[in-house]
Amino acid sequence: MKKQLNIMLSLIFLVGLVSCNNSDASKKNKGALGTNAAEKVYVAPGEYDEYYAFISGGFSGQLSVYGLPSGRLFKVIPVFSQDAEKAWGYNEETKPMLNTSHGFVPWDDSHHPDISQTNGVVDGRWVFINGNNTPRIAKIDLTTFETTEIIEVPNSAGNHSSSFVTENTEYVVAGTRFSIPVPQRDMPINEYKGNFKGALSFISVDPEDGGMDIKFQLLMPGFDYDLSHPGRGKSHGWFFFTTYNTEEANTLLEVNASQNDKDFIAAVNWKIIEEYVNNGGGTKMPANYAHNVYDEETHTATSTMKKEVLVVDPLKVPGAVYFLPTPKSPHGCDVDPSGEYIVGNGKLSANLTIHSFTKMLDAIENKKFDGEAYGIPILKFEDVLAGVVEQPGLGPLHTEFDGKGNAYTTFFISSEVVKWKLGTWEVVDRQPCYYSVGHLMIPGGNSREPFGDYVLAMNKITKDRYLPTGPEVTQSAQLYDIRGDKMELLLDFPTIGEPHYAAGIKADIIMKNSKKIYKLEENKHKYAITTEAGAKVVRNGNEVHIYMSMIRSHFNPDNIEGVKVGDKVYFHVTNLEQDYDVPHGISIIGANTSELLIMPGQTETFVWEPKQVGVWPFYCTDFCSALHQEMQGYVRVSPASSSIELSWSLGED
Amino acid sequence: MKNSRIIMTLGALLILGLFVFPLWNITLEAPQYPIPLGMDIYIYDFADKNPHDIKNINLMNHYVGMKYIPENIPEFKIFPAVILVMSLLGIILGLKANYKWFLGWFLLMALLAAAGIYDFYLWGHDYGHNLDPKAIMKFTNPDGSVMGFQPPLFGSKDILNFRAHSYPQLGAYFLAFGMVLSAVAFFVGRRASKSKT
Repeated sequence: MKKQLNIMLSLIFLVGLVSCNNSDASKKNKGALGTNAAEKVYVAPGEYDEYYAFISGGFSGQLSVYGLPSGRLFKVIPVFSQDAEKAWGYNEETKPMLNTSHGFVPWDDSHHPDISQTNGVVDGRWVFINGNNTPRIAKIDLTTFETTEIIEVPNSAGNHSSSFVTENTEYVVAGTRFSIPVPQRDMPINEYKGNFKGALSFISVDPEDGGMDIKFQLLMPGFDYDLSHPGRGKSHGWFFFTTYNTEEANTLLEVNASQNDKDFIAAVNWKIIEEYVNNGGGTKMPANYAHNVYDEETHTATSTMKKEVLVVDPLKVPGAVYFLPTPKSPHGCDVDPSGEYIVGNGKLSANLTIHSFTKMLDAIENKKFDGEAYGIPILKFEDVLAGVVEQPGLGPLHTEFDGKGNAYTTFFISSEVVKWKLGTWEVVDRQPCYYSVGHLMIPGGNSREPFGDYVLAMNKITKDRYLPTGPEVTQSAQLYDIRGDKMELLLDFPTIGEPHYAAGIKADIIMKNSKKIYKLEENKHKYAITTEAGAKVVRNGNEVHIYMSMIRSHFNPDNIEGVKVGDKVYFHVTNLEQDYDVPHGISIIGANTSELLIMPGQTETFVWEPKQVGVWPFYCTDFCSALHQEMQGYVRVSPASSSIELSWSLGED
Repeated sequence: MKNSRIIMTLGALLILGLFVFPLWNITLEAPQYPIPLGMDIYIYDFADKNPHDIKNINLMNHYVGMKYIPENIPEFKIFPAVILVMSLLGIILGLKANYKWFLGWFLLMALLAAAGIYDFYLWGHDYGHNLDPKAIMKFTNPDGSVMGFQPPLFGSKDILNFRAHSYPQLGAYFLAFGMVLSAVAFFVGRRASKSKT
């Protein structure tokens, strides 16, 4: 009897276990597997993602390249910050890229990537991105995925309403977030009001080589110019900037810049200003700003200091600028694919305000003005308003569009993405973000033809979303499928730095242009050697220049003697490989700089200043081949007083 | 009479639980706070549910112009004194006085508790409505009036992106149970005195 009872009990226990398992399984089925979310983001080994996503690294200063929908990271492109892994800003060739009017600046706060366009659609030639702190605009070439040009923006501070391109990449535009004295001068901070200026810079882009040049700067009243977007389609030729701190406060802005019921969206007719400038308008003003260009053939960057910039007073160009009143410190300034609607994401407002481009033109024509600010006409709010999305969420920041009549807005405070309809202004769906979303990105979103399959929400806070890593935890991006009526969360993945904003494009537009190697015969580096026969070491006073080659699996030369303590030794190293994905790296013991990571056909240089007598090894730092471990060499360092002549060799006993 | 005296004394002692356990708790949930923010209200202190919760509540609330939760309020001196005196009085009554006094103690305690709750409501109303006119974010109700952020006196309520919960804690149960015991002591005492006659 007792035994029977025992069996009964264990049966009950077993049943209990089994049913527990069942309930666990059914829970899981309701999750990713139940909705096929996993399948939708699964890109099988060896297969390609459908989209490239260029995700800003924010305070990392870089730009990361991800695949969508998988969320796999392919590359972190160094832009504004030194990167020891790739020798960016460490080797002699790229140091000039980080030169500014303030000297060498090894870091910046990268913000808004935007892909170049032709006829209003993304063409995948370049990505532009702004450095916020020391105002700069960088251009990344999408054949090499390398930063090839950085231009400093003078008269600007907090380069935030940047770097958005016009429909044919005529301009990449950079607006100042902080207004400052222009020109800079010694003056009391509390005399800000009425005296500071906000510069909006229109940087022309050469249609052939993408070369950037500041065409003109519009010197606006001293507000904070927060974000911007170009008009498109019917509104092509205009550019729109949100403003806050129209109070012109210079302290405790969290309170003092939040008092006005409405700030402005500045509508700038750049076509008119361009014409004015082309006809000799504007004033040439002394300036000092760096223009850094990386040449793909010399594999070397040069930095040029420019001494002049053309500034335009908006009051001197009739019809150039109007203010559209927009509630409560609008942040994002987003233009829909048709170019008709301009969304002001009033971050302290309960509602979303949408202006109409058509009504704006009508209001301008019929002079429906509501006063002026510093001489710039303010259009009547009611006469430019297209509609209002009522109480969609808390803390609206940014809006993107799917090209099917829907808009998607992020709400920082209520931590969600809200989908609403253009024209009817009704909210149709909302999905939570984990947590505190900033920007969102629909591939091709800033163009006439968004791709409209996915939206990527970029979150500032993750807290408990991943395995903890101490006080500092990753920020994240969240991918939603927006092909259906309702948004569906598919994936969230960790990001580099702060995923401030992103730009996305169909992969096939770019991947076919991606370079595999640099051609040796095109290498015009001053210290390049294109064959091993060119290897040599040259002394010039206390400078020693090593013309070195690298190919599987040796350096040439690999034994060098005659170097002395106190010498400045330049390793100019050319990778002679001409095969895809065979980089080599190099460094030497005690080098006070980073390694070099050299692509096939490329030449790079690092400097070594030996301080101790001895025989010091160098080696290949990238696992290149079966005999990678044998890819090494020695430099003999003799006392400063030594009379040993320079000699070098490879393979001699 | 002996039983009622024990019960009354026990009841009067129980309310001292308010010195050990919180009277009330307010908890705020929001998407960004997977671990909610919470404040325990003792009769002598506002305390963090988890470390730094009050600091973080203050940081949130300053955006809508709410004052910081004070470190000290006069109530933190008055409430403990009242509870101490009432407990002492209850013990003396329990040991010495006629059972009719037990009901008197109960009624006085109920009156004081009601006054305490009313005081708490007034504080909550001021805290939620007396906003800085220069608040960073100003919200209005659908009728156009300025939106307040008063936590509920009892129960749960949505306040912007937060869901606020306000419920009594163990200290309040000690008080309630102590009061119930005093009432029971009265009835037990009355029955005892009736059966005597």
